[in-house]
Amino acid sequence: MSDFVQAFLNAEIALASSHLLWIGLVQTMLLALMTVPLGLVMGLLLAVLATRKSRWVRWPLMAFTDFFRAIPPLVLLIFLYAALPFGGIDLGAWGSVALAFLLNTGAYYAEILRAGIESVPRGQPEAARALGLKRWQVWIFVVLPQAVRNVLPDLISNTLEVVKLTSIASVVAVPELLYQARQAQSITYNATPILVAAVIYFLLLWPCVRLLSRLENRQLAGRR
Amino acid sequence: MTGWEAFAFNFLNPEVAAQYAPMVLAGLGVTILLAMLVIASGLVLGLALAVLRAFGVRPLNWAIIFVVDVFRALPPLVIIVLIYFGLPAAGLAMSGFWATWLSLTLVLMAFSEEIFWAGISAVPKGQWEAGRAMGLHFLPTLRLIVLPQAIRIAVPPLVNRTIAITKGTALGSVVAVSEILGAAQSGMAFSGNPTPLTLGALAYLVLFVPVVIAGRWIETKFAWRR
Repeated sequence: MSDFVQAFLNAEIALASSHLLWIGLVQTMLLALMTVPLGLVMGLLLAVLATRKSRWVRWPLMAFTDFFRAIPPLVLLIFLYAALPFGGIDLGAWGSVALAFLLNTGAYYAEILRAGIESVPRGQPEAARALGLKRWQVWIFVVLPQAVRNVLPDLISNTLEVVKLTSIASVVAVPELLYQARQAQSITYNATPILVAAVIYFLLLWPCVRLLSRLENRQLAGRR
Repeated sequence: MTGWEAFAFNFLNPEVAAQYAPMVLAGLGVTILLAMLVIASGLVLGLALAVLRAFGVRPLNWAIIFVVDVFRALPPLVIIVLIYFGLPAAGLAMSGFWATWLSLTLVLMAFSEEIFWAGISAVPKGQWEAGRAMGLHFLPTLRLIVLPQAIRIAVPPLVNRTIAITKGTALGSVVAVSEILGAAQSGMAFSGNPTPLTLGALAYLVLFVPVVIAGRWIETKFAWRR
């Protein structure tokens, strides 16, 4: 038992690695704060475009979102980071992470928002047009508020997934929380920093998980 | 070399592709095996926890909710790293394959418990009462009346979540599992050419594009009429 405490719950090592972990936490937050808004904007653009009737617009969009939903984000990241430089395009670690996360997250947000937009009854935009609203006004004041409300749990859930996704940036040596924890572990030969990092992730995301659980239960119960 | 020739030489090199295709194919086999094991164990455990939760024992339910919350909140890669690099310190060494399997199983267990439970609570109270009134005990009511309806409600979100978690098998490459990505990265290192990685990406697309399309179809097929 004392071996276990020594290896996992070592207060001295937790304290010694706290500075490294703090730097990692800040980087994790930065990654999330960069990816979520960009992904939302891209997803929104794709979802609005997907309502066009022309199949020359819809099919390539569907292929695009399905492509990036089918490929694991880590594969995309390794491809951008390790393979693209052979073709003369070197994005660096941060650039590769940013692009990989944007493409993956944008595709997921697009799919969610598309479902939300489709869930708004046809009569709503028609009525708004008949009342004399301009096209952009119909989107902003009538369609999107209802669309977002209908898929809010999915949007929050995907945002949670984005924060969790940032941990794979550690694979290309971006010094976010997991990477810093592994650094601290290899310096100290002790697993405590990784456990501390896990606890930080949990405390950071637990409120979000609780909220989501409530929203999802309410949504399912409300469908009957 | 023209631009296209250089591109083809680097990313679609037929010689390199021929040499490393068997390696990537072996990786595809490992990915499929790992995915199957994760899906089987994760869904069974998730359903088991949801059924346990239906008994309504307070302290037990709090424990289940806490465990589920933990594995919904933690990034899968953090769990894999913790199990693979951390557990040996506690005298429990595990190969990369089994560490990845255990981590993804726990994650799928947590997410599927939540979905199964939402399905169970969405079945109207009257169904339970009717079952009991017919003389069925708690478990037969659950098994014959409630679960069939609950699972039907759970299918669309469950399919999408299972696909997303199964894609996490690629994380195994971080702990030296020779699944598609791991094999492709080794191939790239041996050949000094990224063609094996192109092959790996293609292997993932072959595996997951049909699944993603099927998932979209199931979602509309099982959708609730509004």
